[in-house]
Amino acid sequence: MPRSHPPRHPDADAPIAGPARPAQRRWDLAALRRRLAIGLALSAMAILLVLPLVLIFTEALSKGLDIALEALAEPEAWSAIRLTLTVAAIAVPINAICGTAAAWCIGRFEFPGRALLTTLIDLPFSVSPVISGLVWVLLFGANGYFGAWLDRHDVRIVFALPGLVLATMFVTFPFVARSLISLMREQGAAEEEAALTLGANGWQIFVRVTLPNIFWAMLYGVLLCNARAMGEFGAVAVVSGHIRGQTLTMPLYVEALFNDYEWIGAFSVAALLSMLALVTLALRMLLEWRIERDRSAGV
Amino acid sequence: MSHRLTRRGALGAVLGMVAGGTARAADAAALLNVSYDPTRELYRDFNKAFVAQWKKSSGQTVAINQSHGGSGAQTRSVLDGLQADVVTLALAADIDALARRGLLATDWQTRLPNNASPYTSTIVFLVRKGNPKQIADWGDLTKPGVEVITPNPKTSGGARWNVLAALAWARRQPGATAETEEAYLRALFRQVPVLDTGARGSTTTFARRGLGDVLLAWENEAHLARKEFGETDFAIVTPSVSVLAEPPVAVVDSVADKRGTRTLAEAYLRHLYTAEGQDIAARNFYRPRDAAIAARHTSVFPTIAMATIEDFGGWDKAQAAYFADGGLFDRVFTPGK
Amino acid sequence: MTRRSALPGFGLTLGITLTWVSLIVLIPLAALMLRPWELGFAGFWASVTEPRVLAALQLSFGAAALAAAVNVPLGLLIAWVMVRYRFPGRRIADAVIDMPLALPTAVAGIALTALFAPKGWLGEALAPLGIKVAYTPLGVLMALIFVGLPFVVRIVEPVIQDLPVDAEEAAAVLGATRFQTLRRVVLPALAPALLTGFGAALARGVGEYGSVIFIAGNRPMVSEIAPLLIVIRLEQLNYAGAASLGLAMLAISFAILLTINRLQRRMA
Repeated sequence: MPRSHPPRHPDADAPIAGPARPAQRRWDLAALRRRLAIGLALSAMAILLVLPLVLIFTEALSKGLDIALEALAEPEAWSAIRLTLTVAAIAVPINAICGTAAAWCIGRFEFPGRALLTTLIDLPFSVSPVISGLVWVLLFGANGYFGAWLDRHDVRIVFALPGLVLATMFVTFPFVARSLISLMREQGAAEEEAALTLGANGWQIFVRVTLPNIFWAMLYGVLLCNARAMGEFGAVAVVSGHIRGQTLTMPLYVEALFNDYEWIGAFSVAALLSMLALVTLALRMLLEWRIERDRSAGV
Repeated sequence: MSHRLTRRGALGAVLGMVAGGTARAADAAALLNVSYDPTRELYRDFNKAFVAQWKKSSGQTVAINQSHGGSGAQTRSVLDGLQADVVTLALAADIDALARRGLLATDWQTRLPNNASPYTSTIVFLVRKGNPKQIADWGDLTKPGVEVITPNPKTSGGARWNVLAALAWARRQPGATAETEEAYLRALFRQVPVLDTGARGSTTTFARRGLGDVLLAWENEAHLARKEFGETDFAIVTPSVSVLAEPPVAVVDSVADKRGTRTLAEAYLRHLYTAEGQDIAARNFYRPRDAAIAARHTSVFPTIAMATIEDFGGWDKAQAAYFADGGLFDRVFTPGK
Repeated sequence: MTRRSALPGFGLTLGITLTWVSLIVLIPLAALMLRPWELGFAGFWASVTEPRVLAALQLSFGAAALAAAVNVPLGLLIAWVMVRYRFPGRRIADAVIDMPLALPTAVAGIALTALFAPKGWLGEALAPLGIKVAYTPLGVLMALIFVGLPFVVRIVEPVIQDLPVDAEEAAAVLGATRFQTLRRVVLPALAPALLTGFGAALARGVGEYGSVIFIAGNRPMVSEIAPLLIVIRLEQLNYAGAASLGLAMLAISFAILLTINRLQRRMA
């Protein structure tokens, strides 16, 4: 990169010009700049990221905590919560295990098509959620490629739990793999190879050497994957069928309540979802702290 | 070794999902009623009454499951395999689409009285307190400064009735031609700032978000909105001409026969025509077919001159001319004319 | 297959990965790619070049690009503050950045609409200035800025962390102003990351549905996004048309990401 000429600018804080006054001014400027930057960043975040959250809780609690809790005690609310947890409980572990396997094979080996495979894993991020739902309808819907066969055998995939799981898996597909691949490549395979020469087998290497190194990053990926799995709207809306008490996940239930004119109920469930988001963020904060600590301890 | 393991793991995962799906399907004493958006309150009341009545007459306990959404979206779901024993949709065209794909007999509309529509409704205006823009009829909607809220006719059955009601009025103006009708519709939609995907979304936009001066709504939806959002804040204006909206109901043959729910499903729909069913409809602001019950609610249901779908040549024609891709509604939104 | 490592487990993990990618991503997307050709190529082309479709694509990609362009300086500022400055509450603020990733999009959409509607907290304040956000393309932009922000911040943050402070100090010693340092030293080093962030935010914004439909207004030719048009076509039982539009969006997104990748390689 061509280095620029030392510029002469009337406002330049020339360090050589030295006595007390310019240095004083420079410190003031730096502090001012610092405050300005922090202030700007924080206020942008407050308006964009925090205010919507405040609104949700204000609306949910506008008639008091009792009413909000009552809305959450409805059997349909419970069924939505159960369904959301079930979907996440199936989709997230599968994606986590497969994502870790993918990270092992992409992060530790060189093979033709590796770049392509990485791109494919990232692909669901750039696909509209609506399409992520649509593809399953095209495959397994009554008019889909496997629709007739499934119907003959009375197997329900779309408008039932499997469809919701598949759509969720598609949307949350890259999270774990993505957070692990770059880390594993960065770390390199030296430790694992050392373990190999000491006679460890593959499983032992993974559990004793690799896992401790990637554990926190993996957990971070799982957290985000889980948050997205529980909060997905567009993809599951296409495959849900919207049967009350049966195939409505929490985000779909929020929409249903809005359409029932049940404002408090809708915002209460939304608040519960936001709380899950907040817990996710809190856990993430803890993780970050652990990762930083481990890193500084390791160095 | 490793390959076998991989394959077995994948198979296990898939089988697990499939098993989860089939477990839920085989519950014969339950009906799934797939309906459109504004019938939530109606069927909540009606299902309670039917379950009690069925228990009394047959001793069997049944569960009625509900699915609500835009009429078109619901039709799509049933076509894609949503196991609806009965459909109660916003317009006959949607059930026709199911019949065309062989899900039920094409003569479904003759199997129950009154074109298989146990209740009717019409399109009215909901305006704000005191009617500040002095909206009395369709002609006032295109005045400068009037903002009109309606859902999207592409996705909402109610919005299609809105368009037909507007056309019915335009058609009765002196010197009306196809061009003046199209021009009116173009002028009307120029006043529309938001097209929500469903009737409920539009009501929320108008009543809760405070957007627009007038909401084109189902009569039942307008009454419900007043009940929910304040009777004093909103008023209903009945236009000089509207449309007779006939939301139809039908048993989905292919599903009911497979699941063995036909008797129950037929009894369920028949119950809509009984005095109890008609009364529940009337109390939820749907116009009952039963004259005696209608007589008890005349204050809620004023007499309006109404066009019917036959005036537009039936749904097949109306759908193709107005709402299909490249139809009137699309042309209205194409700029440069 | 070549494998340069002596480590075991290549076959197993590659097998799992391939099965997983095929079942969840490849086969479904293949279904998407097969469906439009029922119409023939001419039919496919006609269905994705309708004026209404073009307007929707233009809005989706335009708004997403604009939102990503807003997010680049905004994300850079936030990332810079988080990495370079220490202040009370920094950890919490840093965690809050991930809010759009954790908050369900539908909930975000409803909340943003409630904020910016004429009766909402912010809508009421902006109305006297003649600024309408909810139910306009500006609302789409707002929602897309919201969903895209964490992508830029999270991609830029580690690069700022690795940025050698010496170079900046050297520049300062050589008499460069703060602005000059930023422009000549810092920005070139960050450019590839910023570009990646731009691409990620763009890709996310183009497809976004849940948070946008509530705030968009959904008027054909004005504030109707492409994913909504897919849903509308689906509801009209026009599966091939829906798949066509889906495929077109996918192709455009892919082309943009490829271009960004290439630009990046040239920079690096």
